[in-house]
Amino acid sequence: MDKKFIIRVIISLIVLLVVIPTVLIVTQRNDYLYGITSVAILAMISAGVWLTFFMGRINIGQGAYALIGAYSAAVLITQLNLSFWVALFLAGFVAALFSIIIGLPILRLKGVYFSMITLTLTEVVRLIAIAWTPVTNGPRGITDIPLPGELSIFGLTIIPDFATMQNSKIGFYYLSVIAMIITFTILYRLVNSRMGILLKSLQQNEELASSFGVNISYLRVISYAIASFFGGVGGAIFINLTQSVYPTTFQVADSINYMLYTFLGGLAYVFGPILGAFVLYFSWDILFIFKEYQLLIYSGIMILLMLFLPNGLLSLRLKK
Amino acid sequence: MTKPILQVNNLTKKFGSLIAINNVSFEVYEGEILSVIGPNGAGKSTMFKLISSFLKPSSGAVLFNREQISGLKPHITARKGVIRTFQETTVFKNMTVRDNIIIAHQLQAKSSLLGFFLNTKLAQVDNENFGKSADEIIKFLGLSDVRDEVASNLPHGLLRGLGIANALACKPKVLLLDEPFAGMNHDETRRCMEMVKQIKKSGVTVLLVEHDMPAVMEISDRIVVISFGEKIAEGKPAKIQKNPKVIEAYLGVEDESIGI
Repeated sequence: MDKKFIIRVIISLIVLLVVIPTVLIVTQRNDYLYGITSVAILAMISAGVWLTFFMGRINIGQGAYALIGAYSAAVLITQLNLSFWVALFLAGFVAALFSIIIGLPILRLKGVYFSMITLTLTEVVRLIAIAWTPVTNGPRGITDIPLPGELSIFGLTIIPDFATMQNSKIGFYYLSVIAMIITFTILYRLVNSRMGILLKSLQQNEELASSFGVNISYLRVISYAIASFFGGVGGAIFINLTQSVYPTTFQVADSINYMLYTFLGGLAYVFGPILGAFVLYFSWDILFIFKEYQLLIYSGIMILLMLFLPNGLLSLRLKK
Repeated sequence: MTKPILQVNNLTKKFGSLIAINNVSFEVYEGEILSVIGPNGAGKSTMFKLISSFLKPSSGAVLFNREQISGLKPHITARKGVIRTFQETTVFKNMTVRDNIIIAHQLQAKSSLLGFFLNTKLAQVDNENFGKSADEIIKFLGLSDVRDEVASNLPHGLLRGLGIANALACKPKVLLLDEPFAGMNHDETRRCMEMVKQIKKSGVTVLLVEHDMPAVMEISDRIVVISFGEKIAEGKPAKIQKNPKVIEAYLGVEDESIGI
């Protein structure tokens, strides 16, 4: 690892953990605080889309796993009275478990066929959430989810109870940003270990990889499960931020957005989804001043980006 | 040439009503170069895919060291030591020559994926060994000049060489080469033939499917000829050349009824 990279990482960490929160607290811009918290969660969910793309699959179903994670966390917290921190991990595991069951058959498909199936997944999960009333409370959703409680080990408080904080938004900011940092650290390490080079080989030619003894179906399912784990945890954090979950919390449109964040950030760069989520989220907000032309201008910009920066925004800076 | 390392027993493959391979049997002995030849559409490629487990036979079996390998998943067959190359130039095109060969070392990995993720001692040793072994193979096949070149920039002949290098990285017991000389000019064919001979010398059994007659005649210890999915001849190159059935399959029978 070279020095430049380490310095960049340290600077980004300081900006994320010190500069941004201080500035936003001092200026009392709670709206931006909420925005950046959302971006962190969205980037985390999109990290899963990025990972599935890395093995050559375009995943437009990440919202399904976010919704599964969201409902798992909500049910575990409200009905089983589990601690938020335990529920957070369990939500990820439930999402990963479902992704293994769903992934085993559908990951054999390639290209547009895989994408089409994943496109329907979000809708399927939404319909199940509406129909399975005893658990999900149907279209009325689960509301009044308590704020995350305190996390302590051997009586030592590591994270205080969110309800006792003056401004729980700050708590959520740190929770989301740290979760995002952990996610992308894992992703970065994954891509730069042997698993990364194997996934890259799958992206190029699965038959050839299997002729070298690579267990391609195992590798595909494992990475899909990791991708969905990110989605599930992201979903769980999000519904604790809004303190409610409805079948419409994550919809097909959200799944498409995750794909767009990933694509516009840059598919060749691990940190692409962060930038993609940030730019798209705030440009949508900024374009609000154009009122009824908001969507028109937004789509126009997106088309231009795809035409002139097909490798994503990060290709502007990082020339390989 | 003592015991058979690979046995093909009554192999049949049907695609719907089309019989691509019909009841073919032959044996490959340890340490030899056996070529499977035949006119276009004879079923050579199907035969090849059946042996490497990329297709499942309709009936019959392929045995490796008396153990059935047909019907297994391709990566399981590869793990047993039967490694195939691909027709044309199938390599990972966006990666360097060295990275290609390093990926192909998968079978030698002692560490798990989690181990590689956490960069354990075992994984570090693995990574080091892969690098060393890749460099050795690069040297062995004379690819040193293009070691760090992205594969898509390589000329045809070297790409085929890279394909063979990848297969060698798997430390095969039996190497299946799918038309290794196709589309090569004279010099490239010579080079590639040298490679194959070197591989045989290192103790690997080679089974190749090929079109290029002169190359096959020179390089093979034995030849199996198939035509319309059936085996029509088997034997030493000199005998095959004179076999009337083979000549008929390749050149066709003189048909006097047409009267031209």
